[in-house]
Amino acid sequence: MKIDLTDTTASKINKALVQGRRAIGTPAVGMVLTMVIVTDEENAYDAIKAAEEASHEHPSRTLVVIKRHARTPRDRTQSRLDAEVRVGADAGTGETVILRTYGEVSDHADSVVLPLLLPDAPVVVWWPMEAPEVPSKDPLGALAQRRITDLYAVENPLEMLESRVRSYAPGDTDLAWTRLTPWRSMLAAALDQARAKVISAAVEAEAENPAAELLARWLEARLHVRVDRVVTAGPVVTAVRLGTENGEIVIDRPEGPLATLTLPGQPSRTLALKVRATSELIAEELRRLDADEMYAIALNGEATEETPAHV
Amino acid sequence: MTESIPQTAEQETIGTKEDKEARAAQEAAGVEQTGVSGRAAPRPEYAGTDFANPLRDPRDRRLPRIAGPSGLVIFGVTGDLSRKKLMPAVYDLANRGLLPPGFSLVGFARRDWEDQDFAQVVHDAVREHARTPFREEVWQQLAEGMRFIPGDFDDDTAFKQLRSAVEELDASRGTSGNYAFYLSVPPKFFPKVVQQLKKHKLADAQEGSWRRAVIEKPFGHDLDSACELNAIVHDVFDPEQVFRIDHYLGKETVQNILALRFANQMFEPIWNRSYVDHVQITMAEDIGIGGRAGYYDGIGAARDVIQNHLLQLMALTAMEEPAAFDAASLLTEKLKVLRAVRLPEDLGRHTVRGQYAAAWQGGTKVRGYLEEEGIDQASSTDTYAAIKLQVDNRRWAGVPFYLRTGKRLGRRVTEIAVVFQRAPHSPFDSTATEELGSNAIVIRVQPDEGMTVRFGSKVPGTSMEIRDVTMDFAYGESFTESSPEAYERLILDVLLGDANLFPRHQEVEESWKILDPIEQYWATHGRPAQYVSGSWGPAEADEMLARDGRSWRRP
Repeated sequence: MKIDLTDTTASKINKALVQGRRAIGTPAVGMVLTMVIVTDEENAYDAIKAAEEASHEHPSRTLVVIKRHARTPRDRTQSRLDAEVRVGADAGTGETVILRTYGEVSDHADSVVLPLLLPDAPVVVWWPMEAPEVPSKDPLGALAQRRITDLYAVENPLEMLESRVRSYAPGDTDLAWTRLTPWRSMLAAALDQARAKVISAAVEAEAENPAAELLARWLEARLHVRVDRVVTAGPVVTAVRLGTENGEIVIDRPEGPLATLTLPGQPSRTLALKVRATSELIAEELRRLDADEMYAIALNGEATEETPAHV
Repeated sequence: MTESIPQTAEQETIGTKEDKEARAAQEAAGVEQTGVSGRAAPRPEYAGTDFANPLRDPRDRRLPRIAGPSGLVIFGVTGDLSRKKLMPAVYDLANRGLLPPGFSLVGFARRDWEDQDFAQVVHDAVREHARTPFREEVWQQLAEGMRFIPGDFDDDTAFKQLRSAVEELDASRGTSGNYAFYLSVPPKFFPKVVQQLKKHKLADAQEGSWRRAVIEKPFGHDLDSACELNAIVHDVFDPEQVFRIDHYLGKETVQNILALRFANQMFEPIWNRSYVDHVQITMAEDIGIGGRAGYYDGIGAARDVIQNHLLQLMALTAMEEPAAFDAASLLTEKLKVLRAVRLPEDLGRHTVRGQYAAAWQGGTKVRGYLEEEGIDQASSTDTYAAIKLQVDNRRWAGVPFYLRTGKRLGRRVTEIAVVFQRAPHSPFDSTATEELGSNAIVIRVQPDEGMTVRFGSKVPGTSMEIRDVTMDFAYGESFTESSPEAYERLILDVLLGDANLFPRHQEVEESWKILDPIEQYWATHGRPAQYVSGSWGPAEADEMLARDGRSWRRP
């Protein structure tokens, strides 16, 4: 069911949530986290849809914060909060509250979000579009254990990547990194089989692809070799080559979901490596809510000051 | 709860800090590390030499546990289990990216098929039964590694063909000689198949690779036959390379018993004779024996279910904290509990068996057991069994464990109910607590996996009245779609060589030692009681608990 509230407050929204739950007859639900999505009206629909799909794996309360811009200067000084409360079938497996802020309250969205967080449960903030310069210092970001940004959604991804390196705080993560998991796990599995020292490496991808850059940096940090960045027509990452003394390990995905794996001295085989939907990326993100140390290492690339992992 | 399981090549060779601590703790506790029973879990053999994969790191939690290069050979690939469970599980694993590139699946059966026909059968099975959506690219990756060997189990040429297929796959798919042989065949064929594997040198692992055998229940029908079967299999495969599938142990909730007990502080202090009144473990089915008359008659519910599933659930519920979450420590603790089990002196009063009788069940008219096709009118096979067991140790002395199982009961349900004692003193008068039962923690194994806590609460209103309420934790609610099928987990564990969730032969033998005296008593005393199909078992079972001043839960 859906309850619309205009010119409202957090406590009225809380009441509406309880009322909604009572009405559909489930007074207690096992929600495991609160997800805060900060977005604009244009991208809200897709983001909510992805979050609701992910909520099948991680039942959550989703709070969507949308800043609205009033048309006239007079309205702009007026502060107002509108809310749309969705529970039951309209909200995946959890609850969704869409918060629209006007005027001054837009700068204090955290004051609305804080009372609506689930007790004790972890908080995740996701900026599907532009994220703040320093996510962990943002008032909403500071409420969260985990802050999800997306380098694919920004204008200058590589510049932004540098900014993320500078502003990194434990709990930060980026969907460009999440997109790499299948690649990384296949590369690790390939190296398990090849069992050889890597002496050279190359990442082939379309120009300005932040995931490719992260992948290259991760390889540099782990393999201690220089990684060549080769620009291809794309889409996204098209191939990774690891040179060893015995020959080359290649995962090649020119297009589509099928990749080819070549190992030295072995015939090549097919691999499924598809580009995943946002909801799957979010679901993976929510599986672990502690700091992603490997992301930090990848951000810093070779510059990582490594404490030996094998204590 | 799988965090402490060694996951990657690198961890394998080097070992995480926790691993080492756990091992040290184990040694300190004097856990025997030598001999067949106490050896640590077999480790993935690709970690055999000193190569440490720099792309793996314990801190990198996104990278899943991917099995090393390997292949799976299924005997009896045309069977129901294979089509409904194994093949879909293999596909689901591939779809989740958990199988190694080059993973190969070899089918062996008496069918005149080519590789493509086999692929088609797998394709149909996957389409129909897989849990995850069908994706063409995943299918293509799998299909390239599918082979089919037609033949009988005594057909030498077929095994020669199998051997060359395995060698061909090593060369063309890089399976590195690592194979698991899944014996999805009736136990009477086990000796034949393992002997053939031995004869054709398929069971011999080359240095740095592994060969494993996977077998399904029944593991014999009494202690002697179980020992005999184990001897046959162990003659060919190292005991540590034999994986006995008990699919209940692959279920999330069952693994969660250990997490619940040993990762929390609030349950373990009351998990003993000072607070627990008794424990009920139930596995009920609503179906009859169907077409399995040949298998079921003469075996019965106790051998079919209590010996393996229920005693395993009981062992997990009652065992002490293992020194570490690894196969050897788990085995040690489970064996301790199973060895401490004591049977009631008067088996006639504390065990019950029954047979379902014709009746209306859930809106359909069903036949009684003795009227089922292929069943002897005079059959005394039990389709219902209930037994009372005591565990003679400090934690459980005096707390009875009631185990029951049956076919054609009210509904399909498996659960473990730990029922607590009443509060020693109640400040409320008796009318206020009239409707209050005992507190209970119920672990719902299937369906609707989860946990229920039952306690008393005040009924809203002006008078003081206390009534039972329940609090539910449902897996379906909190971790919805990530809950994999039991077979997925178990097949992956076989390929990884992780034996935590597989009962070892010692456990099988201990379980038979518990059940054999009961079966012998039943064979010589009386006949099974008849119970109405669709009910919760014979009246005798209710009397059995009533004698102890207790009653069965309605699950």
